[in-house]
Amino acid sequence: MADLLWLIPALPIAGYLILALFGSRLPRMSAALVGCGAAGLSAGVTIAVGIAYLSSGTQEPWVQKLWTWWDVGGLSPEFTFYLDPLSLVFSFVITFVGFLIHVYSIGYMRDDEGFSRFFSYLNLFVSSMLILVLADNLLLLYLGWEGVGLCSYLLIGFWYTDPANGRAARKAFIVTRVGDTAMAVGLFFLFWHLGTLQLQEMLGAAVHTWPVGSALATTAALLLLGGAMGKSAQLPLQTWLPDAMAGPTPVSALIHAATMVTAGVYLIARTHPLFSLSPTAMTVVGVIGALTLLISGFSALVQRDIKRVLAYSTISQIGYMFLALGVGAYSAAIFHFMTHAFFKALLFLGAGAVIVALHHEQDIFKMGGLRRVLPTIFWTFVVGSASLAALPLVSSGFFSKDAILWEAFIGPPGGRWLFAAGLIGAAFTAVYTGRLLFIVFFGEERTRVSHRPGAVMLVPLVILAILATVSGFIETPQTLGGITLFSDFMAGTFQSAAHGAAHGDAHAGAHHSHTAEILVQAAAALICFAGLGLAAWLFRKRPDIPAAMTRSSGGAAFQGFLMDGCGFDWVYERVLLRPYGWIANVSKPDWIDRLYTGLALLATGLHRLVSPTQTGTMRTYAIGIVIGAVVALAIMVMR
Amino acid sequence: MTPVPMEHGLLLAAGLFLIGLVGVLIRRNIIFMLMSVEIMLNATGLAFVVAGSRWGEADGQVMFIMILAMSAAEVSVGLALALRLYHRFRTLDADAAKLMRG
Repeated sequence: MADLLWLIPALPIAGYLILALFGSRLPRMSAALVGCGAAGLSAGVTIAVGIAYLSSGTQEPWVQKLWTWWDVGGLSPEFTFYLDPLSLVFSFVITFVGFLIHVYSIGYMRDDEGFSRFFSYLNLFVSSMLILVLADNLLLLYLGWEGVGLCSYLLIGFWYTDPANGRAARKAFIVTRVGDTAMAVGLFFLFWHLGTLQLQEMLGAAVHTWPVGSALATTAALLLLGGAMGKSAQLPLQTWLPDAMAGPTPVSALIHAATMVTAGVYLIARTHPLFSLSPTAMTVVGVIGALTLLISGFSALVQRDIKRVLAYSTISQIGYMFLALGVGAYSAAIFHFMTHAFFKALLFLGAGAVIVALHHEQDIFKMGGLRRVLPTIFWTFVVGSASLAALPLVSSGFFSKDAILWEAFIGPPGGRWLFAAGLIGAAFTAVYTGRLLFIVFFGEERTRVSHRPGAVMLVPLVILAILATVSGFIETPQTLGGITLFSDFMAGTFQSAAHGAAHGDAHAGAHHSHTAEILVQAAAALICFAGLGLAAWLFRKRPDIPAAMTRSSGGAAFQGFLMDGCGFDWVYERVLLRPYGWIANVSKPDWIDRLYTGLALLATGLHRLVSPTQTGTMRTYAIGIVIGAVVALAIMVMR
Repeated sequence: MTPVPMEHGLLLAAGLFLIGLVGVLIRRNIIFMLMSVEIMLNATGLAFVVAGSRWGEADGQVMFIMILAMSAAEVSVGLALALRLYHRFRTLDADAAKLMRG
């Protein structure tokens, strides 16, 4: 089965090529069939390979070498795919959730002019993302990394006739580029010091040559972290993600919630031996995650646009993953990635269905009372919200978030602070989730439902709702059955971390008392209920309180501050954009520019000089020819 | 029979060529311009024939046959152009097709 690995990214890219070359000539149904079929077949191959890998019982990774990319000066990256538990989980989520979102898009993009173009971009994205997670060396990973960045740009600006969408697309591209530059420097750095970019060789060499805490390891880890921060929208590069909601909603679900934005989590998990060498870098990762989840969770409280609420929530949830990575709880981070992919894709698709039903209305205060009109969407949205708010025992989000909080609690020194940040963030999460749910689906109807989404949109919602519930039960805490299917499986990738003394793993929790674990879970559960209750009280019983808060001048200013994501855009505008624009303006008339302007002016002047001779009168031309002939003859004769 | 001196023949050819050239330059009617071009072509042909007879070579006459064929082709194109001009501007004045501003 290892021989089939290449098919996983090759199928979507074949779909992309077919749609890109012949898409405009295909009827809609064929284009949809090609797009969904490519993603669906890829998901099928992934599941088949995954089952074969699981039943082989081996912890050894499967490797398939296709060809050597190039071989110059000791750098010989290969097109080699590498399947281990980590990449298998990512591939499964990418292809399977991707397939569901492809199917959903048939309904969502039904009347769009760029139907086949949309599916071709989606297929290209899925393929790039698969190359990213299956890559066996950092250069191939970087190829996928940039490929998903490109697709993100193309899909955010999908409706390119509106300049605002193009602006959002450029912002996303440029801000992530800042991180990618750091990552590229990191690749040079790693190759310079370790002489290879092949992941396993490189990590082995790093562990052997660099002692724990060495400055070189810290530098390399921080450079890679820069790339991860840009891609995963972590502080201070998070500003692009809320604006990225300009794209179609399936894109927000697939790229900006489930898969691409977690590429940073993947990168850190993939290079975790390197990060383990540097306690400093680990602390930075954890602190960035904690700060991000607090700030963006806080911003999500006041957003009016349904998609922006979910965007800030995504940033916040990825903050949890970074927090988990920072305390060495790699398996918990990947577990949260998986459950988050299910429930956040579910929430985005549900939001998309609401948006379509209300004829492209995105303001939550113009929605309301949709509970009775759109029951299927309501119930699936409830399931997703329960997971996001980490409703105890019945939702997958509870188990994954609880694993992160517990590992932070028992984790390295300073882990308690991260744990506290995680708890406060959980309170924010519960409040904004409750607010979204109560405002959109309860209360009186404010906008008429103009169109009911069909089965092609509802079936993916139901499947994701089931996944968002059951996926939590494959990994439960010691106190609740102690099922460790997921972390046992992930041990294939995170072996070194499990044996490392510096950081705790799921099993390290065993020697902590069950009482402490129960207390942590009870605190998390209490906070979830309190947050949901507060949201219900504020937005169902007493909507006058938030209204009065926003009316007072201080409250309005504070709301505006949160609305803009805590002023990061404001600062960047003044610190970076305006000085840059000023410098560009000042240096416009420098002498190099003048030289080229002068050349252009000279050409224009000469042209003006001779252009009057082009009169269009044939006889004038004939005279010109005669004079020329006479002159030429005269020269020949005189010589 | 005394041969015609080459100078006479060439002078005649030059005279014919000048007549044609002046015709092209001063006539505005496109039909007359075409006829003037024909005169110039024939003047060239005459020069070839004269030169051929001076050196006793057949090449001059070969060239003349070629010029005949070429001028036939040229006239067919030229007349088609004249017809198009007339259809478009309802006149045979070549200056009517002056649309460039310079």
